[in-house]
Amino acid sequence: MLEILIAPETFAALVRSLVPLLLLGLGGLICHRVGVFNVSLEGIMLAGAFGGLAGSVLTGSAIAGVAIAIVSGVIVASPLSFGGIVRGADPIVIGISVNLLVVGLTSFLLFAIFGVRGSLQQPGTDGLDAIRLPLLGDVPWLGSMLSSLTVLGYVAILATVAMQLYLSRTRSGLRLRGVGMKPGAAATLGISPARYQTAAVLVSGVLGGLAGAQLSLGNVVLFTENMSAGRGWIVVVAVLLANGRVLPLVGVLALFAYVDAVGIRLQSFGLPVQFADAAPYLVTLIALVAIAALRRRRGGVALVTA
Amino acid sequence: MRALELSGITKRYPKVVANGGISLAVEQGEIHALIGENGAGKSTLVSILYGFVQPDEGTIVVGGERRSFKDPTDAIAAGLGMVFQNFNLFPELTVAENVVFGAEPGRLGLVDRRAAAAEVGDLAERYGLQVPVGERVEHLPVGVLQRVEILKSLYRDARILILDEPTGVLTPQESEGLFEVMRSLRAAGKSIIFITHKLDEVMAVADRVTVLRDGRVTASLVTAETSPREISRHMTGRDVELSQRLARSAPGAPVLEVEGVTVEVDGRTAVDDVSLSVRAGEIVGIAGVAGNGQDALAAAIGGHHPLRSGRIRIAGTDVDGADNRRRRDLGFTHIPEDRHVTGSAPLGDAVLNLAVGYHRRSPLRERGLLQPKRMVEHAERLIRRFGVRIAGPAVAVGTLSGGNLQKIVVARELGHDAPLLVAEQPTRGVDIGAIESIHGELDEYRARGGAVLLVSSELSEVLNLSDRIAVMFEGRVMAVIPSAEATVPLLGLMMAGVPYETALAEEAASAAEGGTAR
Repeated sequence: MLEILIAPETFAALVRSLVPLLLLGLGGLICHRVGVFNVSLEGIMLAGAFGGLAGSVLTGSAIAGVAIAIVSGVIVASPLSFGGIVRGADPIVIGISVNLLVVGLTSFLLFAIFGVRGSLQQPGTDGLDAIRLPLLGDVPWLGSMLSSLTVLGYVAILATVAMQLYLSRTRSGLRLRGVGMKPGAAATLGISPARYQTAAVLVSGVLGGLAGAQLSLGNVVLFTENMSAGRGWIVVVAVLLANGRVLPLVGVLALFAYVDAVGIRLQSFGLPVQFADAAPYLVTLIALVAIAALRRRRGGVALVTA
Repeated sequence: MRALELSGITKRYPKVVANGGISLAVEQGEIHALIGENGAGKSTLVSILYGFVQPDEGTIVVGGERRSFKDPTDAIAAGLGMVFQNFNLFPELTVAENVVFGAEPGRLGLVDRRAAAAEVGDLAERYGLQVPVGERVEHLPVGVLQRVEILKSLYRDARILILDEPTGVLTPQESEGLFEVMRSLRAAGKSIIFITHKLDEVMAVADRVTVLRDGRVTASLVTAETSPREISRHMTGRDVELSQRLARSAPGAPVLEVEGVTVEVDGRTAVDDVSLSVRAGEIVGIAGVAGNGQDALAAAIGGHHPLRSGRIRIAGTDVDGADNRRRRDLGFTHIPEDRHVTGSAPLGDAVLNLAVGYHRRSPLRERGLLQPKRMVEHAERLIRRFGVRIAGPAVAVGTLSGGNLQKIVVARELGHDAPLLVAEQPTRGVDIGAIESIHGELDEYRARGGAVLLVSSELSEVLNLSDRIAVMFEGRVMAVIPSAEATVPLLGLMMAGVPYETALAEEAASAAEGGTAR
């Protein structure tokens, strides 16, 4: 049973679990770095998941579904973008309202458009297939991990590298970080904080939409109510834990994804479903407390104030 | 040549005229001081110059060309550079990144970090502003941060630099260094507007001085042809006599004893093995640049922050573990650093603000109930006694001027006639009239036998009021010396971390050269 911990299939499952988290995480990260606390990630992802599957069912094309997922994500991000930044409303109130709204709205649209309740799964729906690489695909471990990547998986990898380069090397990235550290100082140098913040939130809408599409078109080809299942919240916490740094964020999310993958695989050994479902959240919680305690001992700033 | 000319600048707010027809001319290669008390209109004028606020009337001419500034970008484009009192720097970026931010060298949207470092390094060298170009800004000392701010303006080709109260956070030696930089900038043809409320600084560095009072220009003088007394008369509209201190009797028993106290704030040692005592009838001043542990020490004495080690006794009682209320029962009173946040309830009226702390005992409370009529009388009595200018006791204290709000706080704390007062920055940001009155109150309290621990970043205040002076640097007390032996250069060296013996020797050496003692 222990070999599950290192089995290639476990790592393949880790990758499938990680890709949507990573896409969403990058969206949360860019908001964190520009100084916006984005708690609407959960809603953005759920909207993306619904938009993706519904788009694919209605148009018959998974790529069109992805495009609709992006649009859905951006629409859900826009209340925070415009209401929160341009109009100055409380970002947490907006974020939570949006999350609640999206849960109800997707269920409603599910029934209004498709006449079903609970979940939508239609045989023959076009999904995003894993891309099997000719040579690399045969390398043990790495091969099985790579072979579970859809096109969005590669997008996620590219986006991670691009995000790191954007933040550290580009003019715009430097200014975005500056806005996040001290918006007033940026303003005195002629940089508009609101413009950067609005843009960053919209980018999180795009990335979150893609994350949702990976859930409903990549990992499986179906949509169920509340499909995001708290992943958005995990990402919110992970971004805080990583303090907006790309590599630590990948680490935290990979830990979550790994426990998720092991839990799923352990179900075949009779582990109760409820426990498998809860495990990744539990591990994240433990990691959260541990890291916070460690930081306190090292004299860092407590997490709550981050 | 005129670098900058303001004429008839007027800005009205609903209740006050912040700037009433201000005219000002700054020549090229001139250091022009702008002096005035708090509320005289300096900050409004600066905000107008930097495009944060638009004037209702008046014109701004820069280098012979009429300008109007919608926002800071316009002001930067016109060649103005601003060094704010609170530094506007990005803590996690390097010095070079901070300087070039918003105008980064590079191509295709990428930042050329090497070019940025080189350009900033050249600029720093040209004007004698030493900065560690590649280091992150967050842990650099304030003197360096200020140089980074100046570099930011120079990098943007500023021809007119506006320095807003630049010496408030510096030791006397650092201020001297800043004046050197200002002189070298003047030599390079830059104009400097130097905003301050310290007369000796005006005399030391400025070519000309414009004095503001109540939003108007009351004088424009050539520094070499005037005197501090004349400037101060234009600032206040009357002759200011620094009041003589009351006669001092021999101090009594120790009221506050601090022994080997160490305090950690956010995992950092903020107060490091500090021992000192304050006796009845004595004022002990703590000198030091803000942020060297003074606030943490005061918080520890007040019971707001736990000690990691050491002990504190108030009136002979060990207060380990005692909360603020218990300490106040023992005779502790406190003028906190920030009168708006911790010193008062700004939305509450004077009755409420003055009753707090008296509300648990007779006569303000009888049989468990507050006595509103007596609370009003109590407030009126304190307002009269301490000369607070307020329309009536039912006025919300948040609407008062800084000086009057501070007087409310002082009245409440001193009204107890308790044996111990910890006064933190008791005159920060208040006008000269209120400073005089508060200093008088502290002195009288001392003469009545009160013990005062005075924390102040105004060195003149510490020197004028204290019987003994403790200098704090990075959480440690460098030395406690009688104020008769204290001089500005000696305190300044210790404020910069020079040990007492070394500082004493250095000061003696430079005095022998006929050097810096001023």
